[in-house]
Amino acid sequence: MTQATQTRTLQFKIYRYDPDTDQKPYMQDISVEVDATDRKLLDAMVKLKAKDDSIAFRRSCREGVCGSDALNINGRNGLACLTDLNSFPEGKPIMLRPLPGLPVIRDLIVDMTQFFKQYHSIKPYLVNNDPPPERERLQSPEDREELNGLYECILCACCSTSCPSFWWNPDKFVGPAGLLAAYRFIADTRDQATSERLDNLEDPYRLFRCHTIMNCVDVCPKGLNPTKAIGKIKDMMVKRAI
Amino acid sequence: MPVGRRRSFGGFERKMSVKVTVRKFDAVIVGAGGAGLRAAIQLSEAGLKTAVLTKVFPTRSHTVAAQGGVAASLGNSEEDHWHWHMYDTVKGSDWLGDQDAIEFMCRKANECVIELEHYGMPFDRLDNGRIYQRPFGGHMSNFGEKPVRRSCAAADRTGHAMLHAMYQRNIKVNTQFFIEWMALDLIRDAEGEVLGVTAMEMETGEIYAFHAKATIFATGGAGRIYYSSTNAFINTGDGVGMAARAGIPLEDMEFWQFHPTGVAGAGVLITEGVRGEGGILRNSNGERFMERYAPNAKDLASRDVVSRAMVTEINEGRGCGPNKDFVLLDITHLPPETIMKRLPGIHEIAVQFAGVDALKEPIPVVPTCHYQMGGIPTNFHGQVVVPGKRTQNEIVPGFYAAGECACASVHGANRLGTNSLLDLLVFGKSAGESAVDELKKSPKAHKELPADAFDRSLARLDRLNNQKDGANVHEARLAMQRSMQKHAGVFRFSNLLKEGVEKILEVQQDVQRTEIKDKSKVFNTARIEALELDNLIEVAVATMVSAEARKESRGAHVRDDAPDTPEHPNGRDDNNWLKHSLWFKEGNRLDYKSVTLRPLTVDTVALKKRAY
Repeated sequence: MTQATQTRTLQFKIYRYDPDTDQKPYMQDISVEVDATDRKLLDAMVKLKAKDDSIAFRRSCREGVCGSDALNINGRNGLACLTDLNSFPEGKPIMLRPLPGLPVIRDLIVDMTQFFKQYHSIKPYLVNNDPPPERERLQSPEDREELNGLYECILCACCSTSCPSFWWNPDKFVGPAGLLAAYRFIADTRDQATSERLDNLEDPYRLFRCHTIMNCVDVCPKGLNPTKAIGKIKDMMVKRAI
Repeated sequence: MPVGRRRSFGGFERKMSVKVTVRKFDAVIVGAGGAGLRAAIQLSEAGLKTAVLTKVFPTRSHTVAAQGGVAASLGNSEEDHWHWHMYDTVKGSDWLGDQDAIEFMCRKANECVIELEHYGMPFDRLDNGRIYQRPFGGHMSNFGEKPVRRSCAAADRTGHAMLHAMYQRNIKVNTQFFIEWMALDLIRDAEGEVLGVTAMEMETGEIYAFHAKATIFATGGAGRIYYSSTNAFINTGDGVGMAARAGIPLEDMEFWQFHPTGVAGAGVLITEGVRGEGGILRNSNGERFMERYAPNAKDLASRDVVSRAMVTEINEGRGCGPNKDFVLLDITHLPPETIMKRLPGIHEIAVQFAGVDALKEPIPVVPTCHYQMGGIPTNFHGQVVVPGKRTQNEIVPGFYAAGECACASVHGANRLGTNSLLDLLVFGKSAGESAVDELKKSPKAHKELPADAFDRSLARLDRLNNQKDGANVHEARLAMQRSMQKHAGVFRFSNLLKEGVEKILEVQQDVQRTEIKDKSKVFNTARIEALELDNLIEVAVATMVSAEARKESRGAHVRDDAPDTPEHPNGRDDNNWLKHSLWFKEGNRLDYKSVTLRPLTVDTVALKKRAY
């Protein structure tokens, strides 16, 4: 491993807001020294916090599986722990803002209630009313493969908060993350609630507000494709209507 | 119960009273990782009024990062038996595990894994539709003969799949969560009974008390006491710290698992499942060095054995890279389809954190702190036990613990891979069941809270708000992490341990006078980090003191003055040290209790030298 000899200074512009003391949000200019061992944006943010302990953000696993540190980074949603420090253009400050479209609690921390409400609204759990067998329910490797690209979602909200339809109707449109989860259960051969799940989405807003803008696909840090899953649900709606 | 205090918020002084709002529940669970969620299912299904407190949204808990699988002798690919699993676990523990708890866990494994499947967990599948199983370190068939496929896996994202499946099940059974609430201290009365916890709502900074008839701790480990760790930032040993402050001893804290394969530099975990799928460790000569250290199990020997072999290779000059300070994990000989199907997350991690394409190049790895074998002492029902007047394991009324924060003890001196996910399932469930049984058996009113119920928490908050010219939280934490890394690492040295005890007690002084600049109320993460450091330091002191005192080598605790001799194979001294350490915060004192060698129904796994 390279020794931490080379250091460089990174400039940041960070969205700051404490509801108790600030009339309105402002952008804080702050810089921090990083060395060669600091690979990711989160590494730099941890150093920023050591410098100014009042900067508030969420973080946990630092390896892209917990979904805590989703931010708007230079205008684009992503995870701080998976964003390479070398990916930023030199000489320009790095802009950090909270995820767009959700109420800000403080600084980079947003209130995710609406996001999780939509996730919960699709009944994100397996429904199977047969008496449980003594052993596992069988599923072929091919049927299991149908869940790939669906079950890996980390609920970071990068997708839903980059979606104009979700910005406009966060209370009515389920949003890409919730719809991806809905299709995860529809696609599971062990689940028996497909028609109820489709009924639950049969509405001008819940599903059909998706206009295939595909911002969700563009920003998903796990490389998932909610638009494709939404398309499959729409197909099923059409098929059962005929 | 309002308490008038003078406090400073937002940089100006104002007179305000800190109000502690009391809420009553049948049960309170602290932590919503695997163990907490599994216990919550039990309580919610039983219809008890339950609060689950968690400082992060449940699916952000560190169970999410588990990769390789969960152990169960389902025998889907080849013959297997819980008794073989039990044998492996006892041997893996270097005989420090309690054999009653180990039998209980291994026998419950199948039931618990099948339940998860029924909850909807997307396990990988075999052609016949059954759950896919892969080999893992230390798991053998027929009492140690040859590696067996026992690890039930969902690609290399088993923890993620499991945590989400259990959160989803909790939505179904309507569990009441308090998300982003940080528990501060255990409430215990003069008789020692546990009556709930104090907690802070992070969004508002308000203080509450959760008054409960049953309190279940599922707060995870404290891997962040080390500088280099696979653990998340949130793994700060909160439950362990709270228990220590409330007078509960901590068991076997000297035993920390260093996972052989953390990404060099970054510390991010690379699952042992990589070696289960055929990956090989190589030194700078390209040699498969594990053949020399573990001729039978090779790369799939137990984690402590592999980590020591790696450090030995590095110390003897056969490390890789410009500083010869790591070894290589090679999977380039595996078919790319296998890697992309069974280890897709690892491929992603190698690109992100090591900058290598694992299909073409080996991954640089070093042993990295990973798991806390010790913790809050419990029996196999998940009830917290402490030495009392009559026995060495007297139940603390109203208090339960499960998962990494607890010590049942099933992992003893060294945990086998995939046994942690099993531990949290089995003991999360049994702690939940025990609490339900107790509450249903003797329905009673809430016992009155003692007058000093909130004093400890309020004193901590007050101290932090008024500290002047104190120590910097970031620097004190770094000093602790560096001391632990240097003085209590993979190999331990008598003189370094002695120095380490002095150093860590110095750091403790600093932690007692930390200062935060930010005194605001709303989502004050500076305050949260300072409160977390209060917990970490208890764990660090317990670890160093227990390690210095244990004058033998066993499992993950190997010291220079207890070498491998004919009289003491591997440096293990069963005559003097076949016993659990108990560290008490009060007086920084140690006590010991005997290991339970008698299982529930089968014969004792007899003591012998551990070799793979």
